Amino acid sequence: MDFNLDMNLNDQYGKNKKATFDKETLYDMLIIGSGPAGLSAALYAKRKGLKVGVLSNKVGGQVVDTTSVENYLGFDFVTGEGLVEKFMHHVQTLDVPMLKDADVKSFEKTESGFEVALSRGEIIKSKTLILATGSKPRRLGVKGEDAFIGRGVAYCAICDGPLFEGRDVVVAGGGNSAVEAAIDLSKIANSVTLVHRSEFRADQIIIDQLKRLSNVTIHLQTEIQEVFGDGLVSGVKVLDKATGETRELKIEGLFVEIGYLPNNQLVIDQLDLNNRGEIIVNALNETSMKGVFAAGDVTDTPYKQIIVAASEGAKAALTANDYINRG
Amino acid sequence: MALLNEQLQGQLKEVFSSMKNEITLAVFTKEGDCYSCEETIAFMKEIETLSDKISLETYDLEKDSERASEYNVVMAPSIVLLDSDKKYRGVKFNGIPAGHEINSFIPGILEVSGAGEALPEDLLMQVNALSKPVNIKVFVTLSCPHCAGAVQKAHKLAFESALIDAEMVEAQTFDELSNKFNVSSVPKIVINDQYEFVGNQPLEIFLEEIAKTQ
Ligand SMILES: Cc1cc2nc3c(=O)[nH]c(=O)nc-3n(C[C@H](O)[C@H](O)[C@H](O)COP(=O)(O)OP(=O)(O)OC[C@H]3O[C@@H](n4cnc5c(N)ncnc54)[C@H](O)[C@@H]3O)c2cc1C
Repeated sequence: MDFNLDMNLNDQYGKNKKATFDKETLYDMLIIGSGPAGLSAALYAKRKGLKVGVLSNKVGGQVVDTTSVENYLGFDFVTGEGLVEKFMHHVQTLDVPMLKDADVKSFEKTESGFEVALSRGEIIKSKTLILATGSKPRRLGVKGEDAFIGRGVAYCAICDGPLFEGRDVVVAGGGNSAVEAAIDLSKIANSVTLVHRSEFRADQIIIDQLKRLSNVTIHLQTEIQEVFGDGLVSGVKVLDKATGETRELKIEGLFVEIGYLPNNQLVIDQLDLNNRGEIIVNALNETSMKGVFAAGDVTDTPYKQIIVAASEGAKAALTANDYINRG
Repeated sequence: MALLNEQLQGQLKEVFSSMKNEITLAVFTKEGDCYSCEETIAFMKEIETLSDKISLETYDLEKDSERASEYNVVMAPSIVLLDSDKKYRGVKFNGIPAGHEINSFIPGILEVSGAGEALPEDLLMQVNALSKPVNIKVFVTLSCPHCAGAVQKAHKLAFESALIDAEMVEAQTFDELSNKFNVSSVPKIVINDQYEFVGNQPLEIFLEEIAKTQ
């Protein structure tokens, strides 16, 4: 039996309670998001002596939904959570105030900087903002998908995998997350079919691992066209692009792992975005608005990876620090 | 062999040192076919040793049926948290709160001990305005990292209102109940067996759904 204790519980209660936010203070920097980009920005900002705080609604961001991380320098293997724990511990030794259950609703430019509004109605003020809101799973956009969310269509393999014990499932996608999900699910499900509309984009090392599994079938160049069922998913309709044939796969679970969409709701009408909806930043992580910087998966920086997000967060904090010092 | 290793025991002791008042873990098991009943008891016995503010009472779902119905316990294993007056505050766990659920179980203990933070004023007003009983079931899996957050929120609301009864339901242990509510993504929150949503949503959303039952 495992126990995955959250090492930060201690900070939530009693005598170890950490710094909290002050509504009257004008902060130097508010960071929205506590994924690798946000936490790394917090670390750099605090070490520069800035008055900084972090607002987020999910500590650790997407990293907590990752079973294992094997490509973050210095760790040959670490669970997603284990890594977040290290990140958080590092940041909290510097006593950075952090709201962990805060939905940021909007922000507004004011004379002295920005006012950030939380969905609970609170307002926090800051000279600069770092947007590190990350990304969320992309949907397939096929018939039946939305109707069956939570009824067989799932986007978090480690969360929902156990509910499909002994059942037949499909994983949609061909990148690292899809292949990893298929490997994880093969340990629980009766059978796993990986369906991807083109060729693999995943790292060869895990594709090889996947191919060795006996209860996994791989269909490349195959497109999912529809999810069907009666109350719950009972199958998907797929088109084999090579033969032009459509077939039905009888399955009870569809795990969608086809990439990510930026969490850009906060800035959609305020900042310049590219055609994928990502915030456009320059090499200094500046956005189209003065005083607003962005880092990580929400930006147009290529390669959505933990180490990339972390280093972008550092850069954004350093640029913001220069911006503040210039006055 | 101990379920909790030494390191974890030390960490939990430290967290429990923030407890305010005493609490009781009332654990219901049943004879015969009971998935994880034994482990749950063993786990609770270890928890009991980690703080002198925690005491354990064990009951049998059938033999102690009166007590079970007092706390609306209908499944086993089930853990009910009682405050220092031995009062049920609506905080309950069905199935073993291991894996990631330790992160709802430990906060549950702290909450019932009185060490929790107050709800924001506007939310508290909504909770106080309730007039009819509310049952919140939060279906989870033990491998779900953000499910514990949803359980914590439900328990927080229950602790604040005598009308709210909130229970974690471990979906694999209670697969019949999970199937009845078509649980195929977690956390799935079901209110009064009628209104439901998926995901660790903000407290505002919990209250919006709860309002529908009034
Ligand atoms: C299943 C899976 C496996 C992966 N595996 C790997 C891997 O092995 N190696 C690797 O390098 N990368 C991996 N990645 C990618 C990696 O997780 C991301 O690139 C990285 O987490 C991006 O970091 P980020 O800080 O930009 O954003 P995120 O991690 O997405 O964090 C976003 C943060 O913003 C907050 N937020 C968003 N909107 C709001 C709002 N309105 N109000 C308040 N807070 C808000 C969220 O709460 C969260 O804290 C994986 C991703 C997934 C999903």
